Amino acid sequence: MGTVVVVTSGKGGVGKTTSTAALGAALAKSGKKVALVDFDVGLRNLDLVLGAERRVVFDFINVIQGQAQLPQALIRDKRLETLFLLPASQTRDKDALTDEGVTEVMSSLRQVFDYVICDSPAGIERGAILAMRHADAAVVVTNPEVSSVRDSDRIIGMLDSKTLRAERGEPIQKHVLVTRYDPARAQRGEMLSIEDVTEILALPLLGIVPESQAVLQASNLGSPITLAEPDSSAAQAYADAARRLTGKKIPMTIPTQKKSFLGGLFRRAA
Amino acid sequence: MNIAIASKPKINFSGRSFLAFVIQPAEPVNDWLADLDRLSRQSLGFFADRPVIVDLSALEPDRETARSVVDAIRTRGVRVIAVEGADASWFAPELAPIARGKEAGRIDLLEDVQSNEPPPAARTIDGPVRSGQAIFHTGGDLTVIGSVASGAEVAASGSIHIYGTLRGRAIAGAMGDRSARIFCRRFEAELIAIDGCYQTAEQSPPEPIGKPVRIRLAGDTFDINVTD
Repeated sequence: MGTVVVVTSGKGGVGKTTSTAALGAALAKSGKKVALVDFDVGLRNLDLVLGAERRVVFDFINVIQGQAQLPQALIRDKRLETLFLLPASQTRDKDALTDEGVTEVMSSLRQVFDYVICDSPAGIERGAILAMRHADAAVVVTNPEVSSVRDSDRIIGMLDSKTLRAERGEPIQKHVLVTRYDPARAQRGEMLSIEDVTEILALPLLGIVPESQAVLQASNLGSPITLAEPDSSAAQAYADAARRLTGKKIPMTIPTQKKSFLGGLFRRAA
Repeated sequence: MNIAIASKPKINFSGRSFLAFVIQPAEPVNDWLADLDRLSRQSLGFFADRPVIVDLSALEPDRETARSVVDAIRTRGVRVIAVEGADASWFAPELAPIARGKEAGRIDLLEDVQSNEPPPAARTIDGPVRSGQAIFHTGGDLTVIGSVASGAEVAASGSIHIYGTLRGRAIAGAMGDRSARIFCRRFEAELIAIDGCYQTAEQSPPEPIGKPVRIRLAGDTFDINVTD
């Protein structure tokens, strides 16, 4: 039986879709069977980030409404044979996602895959609640800045009350994934420090992903960063985070400023 | 020139029967009102959503007495919708004139109100109170083992003890207890209130911020004392 993991945040634009793709690809690379599910009906992005946007025929809602079977809708990644995507519908709205439909799809996916990673939409409304409903574990993506942290705290409160497990009184394993961490800005006090974030959110840290130009480039190429630029600091942070998600204990490294000696020499043109 | 055309009104009338609670004040009225108070305290919110009819027939009052009894009941938060056993014109137009209703039998409140469990004294919350959560404890002191997040709200009839950082709102003495206090390990509150008096972060002095404090009401102002 697979593990359902929800990647959520409350706040929009903090890196849920990027992280879903990066973590999913890292897990698939290590041999796990992974299904990525896009819950953002009407504003789907997971297909773009995975480079699958030209292969979408059937989506989550088609499956729920019986217009397609689950295997017809699942898109296999061209680079990793154990990585699959269940795309969201772009033309419909969230009301088409029914409780029963989602429950059925989740249990089918659980039987086939080791990890089912649900990419939640932003917000605290129906879409976000449906995405977290069946979760066994949660990754709360947070930028180290005040509004993101407060919204993350809100969503953590909902993970403790709106999931099926919470309703049954079973705990769900929650982690914080700090993204877009900029060590220089943290040092200047413009961004919250890691200690501030963990103190406010009171949850274990899954990883610290530094701000990286490579993320946008990978997204443009339609490839998760852990595949496109595996040596970048962001990809390494995601790879470590994926390992921690499987239960391995890996010491946390806080990204530091990269001081490039040669970069300093060449800054002024002749 | 506008010509108004009269058309048949499209208003439908239909009948519906409801069950209303009837309370019947008895002499001596002050004792009866004291009993009503006890009922309200034991079962908070009992009258909050219920429409109530006051039956004054046991008192056979004059206009003055009738109005003062009904007023006394209303100030206790009971929603009186009509009066029986007294001249309806004494209460017009605030209360609807109502024909004598059909008896629907006694409603036994006893099991609702008198439970064998003692009323809860203090409540402890194990873990942080997350943004958006609101806790209201009516039975005394509230203790939080953890922080109260920005955008969260904790309220209690007694004192509030926070073994963590208070970043949200803390409302103590919420049911009229001026002696209630607020304690926290780190004071960064958005708003504090004791028995209706409140103060926002902006109005608070800067010295206690980030420190462990004990907050009480001294007269009408907050006394925020930094503890060690």
